[in-house]
Amino acid sequence: MNSRKLIIALAGNPNSGKTTIFNNLTGAHQKVGNWSGVTVEKKEGVITRHGYELTIIDLPGTYSLTPFSIEEIVARNFVLDAHPDVVIDIIDASNLERSLYLATQLREIDCKVLFALNMADMAKSRGVKIHADKLSELLDVPVVFTVGNKNEGMDALLKKAIELAENTRQTPEGRKVHYSPDIETAVADLQNFIHQVLPEKLPYSERWTAVKLIEDDKIVHERILSLSGDHQQALEAQIRLARQYITDRFDDDPEIIMTDERYGFIAGIVKEAVTASARQRVDISRNIDLVLTNRFIGFPIFILFIWGMFQLTFSVGKYPQEWITACVHALSAALEMHLPDSLFKDLLLNGVIAGVGSVIVFLPNILILFFCISLFEDTGYMARTAFLMDKIMHAIGLHGKSFIPMLMGFGCNVPAIMATRTLESEKDRILTILITPFMSCSAKLPIYIVLAGTFFATRAGTVIFIIYLTGVVLSIITGRLLRTTLLKGLDAPFVMELPPYRIPMAKSVMIHMWERSKMFLKKMGNIILIGSIVIWTLSAFPRHIEYSRNYEAEIQNLQSRGALQMPGDAAARRTLEKETAAAMDDIKGQMQAEHVEKSYMGQLGKLLAPVFAPIGIDWRGSVALLSGFVAKEIVVSTLGILYVARGDNKTEALRTALASSDMTPLSAVSMLVFVLLYLPCLATIATIRRELRSWKWTAFSIGYSTSLAWVMAFLVYHGGRFLGF
Amino acid sequence: MKFMLLSDIKQGHKARIVRVGGSGALRRRIFEMGIIKGTEVYIEKYAPLKDPLELIVKGYHLSLRVEEAAQITVEPI
Ligand SMILES: Nc1nc2c(ncn2[C@@H]2O[C@H](COP(=O)(O)OP(=O)(O)OP(=O)(O)O)[C@@H](O)[C@H]2O)c(=O)[nH]1
Ligand SMILES: [Mg+2]
Repeated sequence: MNSRKLIIALAGNPNSGKTTIFNNLTGAHQKVGNWSGVTVEKKEGVITRHGYELTIIDLPGTYSLTPFSIEEIVARNFVLDAHPDVVIDIIDASNLERSLYLATQLREIDCKVLFALNMADMAKSRGVKIHADKLSELLDVPVVFTVGNKNEGMDALLKKAIELAENTRQTPEGRKVHYSPDIETAVADLQNFIHQVLPEKLPYSERWTAVKLIEDDKIVHERILSLSGDHQQALEAQIRLARQYITDRFDDDPEIIMTDERYGFIAGIVKEAVTASARQRVDISRNIDLVLTNRFIGFPIFILFIWGMFQLTFSVGKYPQEWITACVHALSAALEMHLPDSLFKDLLLNGVIAGVGSVIVFLPNILILFFCISLFEDTGYMARTAFLMDKIMHAIGLHGKSFIPMLMGFGCNVPAIMATRTLESEKDRILTILITPFMSCSAKLPIYIVLAGTFFATRAGTVIFIIYLTGVVLSIITGRLLRTTLLKGLDAPFVMELPPYRIPMAKSVMIHMWERSKMFLKKMGNIILIGSIVIWTLSAFPRHIEYSRNYEAEIQNLQSRGALQMPGDAAARRTLEKETAAAMDDIKGQMQAEHVEKSYMGQLGKLLAPVFAPIGIDWRGSVALLSGFVAKEIVVSTLGILYVARGDNKTEALRTALASSDMTPLSAVSMLVFVLLYLPCLATIATIRRELRSWKWTAFSIGYSTSLAWVMAFLVYHGGRFLGF
Repeated sequence: MKFMLLSDIKQGHKARIVRVGGSGALRRRIFEMGIIKGTEVYIEKYAPLKDPLELIVKGYHLSLRVEEAAQITVEPI
């Protein structure tokens, strides 16, 4: 069957439930969260329903068709220029009046619009009754009630959308905004002029073009001027005339007057179509905020939450982490037992298991961290953190909203950097992108746990806390520094909606965790696996190496000596056997160590050594750090392969191996600092490059973070040595 | 009738918007968010560090910096 294709766009104010509905309709798992600006790029999903092939587009939220930040431009451009068959305006029914502002703007352009009155449950519980028929009649728009998070009304919505798309009635006759006579005169005059001078191929309707030109919409202005050829100057003059005409009569800018009149029009509609019950209800959300943004305890609670997040991650995460460690050990012990000695066995045990196995155990910790961040996002607390922090952020030259990407950065830098799109000022955005990598991401967490856990045992928690704090402090200092030098500029305003608190949808949290686990396991299955194999190969080859000592002879010597001197006494025999075995292990270990040291890996490490020696990191650490460029988890894999390979005991944990190596607590700290700060992973760099659209800034980000890392590690290492550690 | 700045209204009080000052994109956005002449706003609270502040306008919660609120003239009610 050749089904007809339709494009349906979901537009609407931020946080009105567009993505929730998109996921319901398409079965996708796009990110949903209870704050404005979760979706920052358009997403597509294709479904077949009722004999149609429907392409559903989820757009970022926008308050108006005159955009303020770049994610809003995406939404506007799609609605205006991609000519979707139907635009569904997802309206937060509990916030109708403000939502109708965008809705009336959508009604002014010539496209087919359908209203979804979402969050119908919220409106009801607030005692707001919306007469859909009346609203539909007044604006001549089909209206459907929906409850996104309960998946209600989706079918009706699609049916109405298809019906509307198939409706061939010309431009709907409905009631559009009528401005006061003076404005209408100006609009009509300009419309006439446009009609005369511009070719037929205007991208938008004449009336709408005239309105937007009078409103001084920059994008429309440029577009129309570029189309107007010889008439450019005449057109400019005409626009100026129209604007002046209105300014003279109303004593304010035309765009302000027109916004005012739209709201006047909306007030009329709301009066007719909405009845609000007089009874004031207890607003739970406000009560929660009385505590969470309280003048005295707001900040302590905020700090408690962050502390709790890390506490959960590290202490609760420890138990499942131990279980997985046990599984990995069991697996490698079984393989050790049953496989015959071969190069392949070596690869499997010393490459794959030592590499992937040493990272995979951290899945629980990482999941817990993401779980906590998603609680912040889904409850609505995220917007409050921006509210609480704005003053502090402002003092360091940043914006309260910058705090949201920074907090997300603890999870993963990639979505965090993309979240900066909601920042209105370009400079704020660049700045936030540059400092977000200092917010230590979850991929670095395994490195911290391994190093701090090995060298600081009971005080590991404190050490890790200080590392995180160092990241935050350095991001602040960097922010301050750049703000006063390279990125000087005016402060962007802080206009932000605070959504009501909501109970997170269990399903959406579960899905989020599931997606995160899948991503993590996938990463283990490709990047980390390949990385581990490469690193093992480099450390296992060349096979034949000129040893400095004759290990083989020493081993044989030991064996024959053991056989010769075997005493008759059973107890003495056992001790001797033990001693021999230990001596054997030692020699084999030394042999393997020398092998790795002379392998390709070792040669590479020696090449890097001069760079890392001043910060107390040996050649093994150097290659581990180098490999971390691909993905931070590989640092642990590499350490696993390089250090564990030294011992004969294949199941020996990385920690014991590290503890018995020549790495000191001080050089571990130096390495922690370096890991915290040095260049972000490949995926993050690609994101930085894409978001900044500049190689220069990307290079700056890499160069700055890496030099800062080196300098800080140097200071820590030598400072520590000076103090006698 | 006494006019005041929005930023001078105390927490828990109501006011009606008289004039929104300032210029450019911000002023327009403030209008688009529904802060227009004649609208009633309720000062829900000031942030712990006294900045920004939280308003209830047209039934939803909006936060603005004190600096921005200082450009809005209101009539206390
Ligand atoms: N009570 C209630 N909550 C809803 C409903 N629909 C969505 N939500 C919640 O509203 C919040 C926002 O949902 P999203 O789908 O992320 O909103 P969005 O419009 O995509 O937001 P942006 O991408 O930021 O523009 C989430 O916390 C949802 O769980 C609804 O019908 N009723
Ligand atoms: Mg969304």
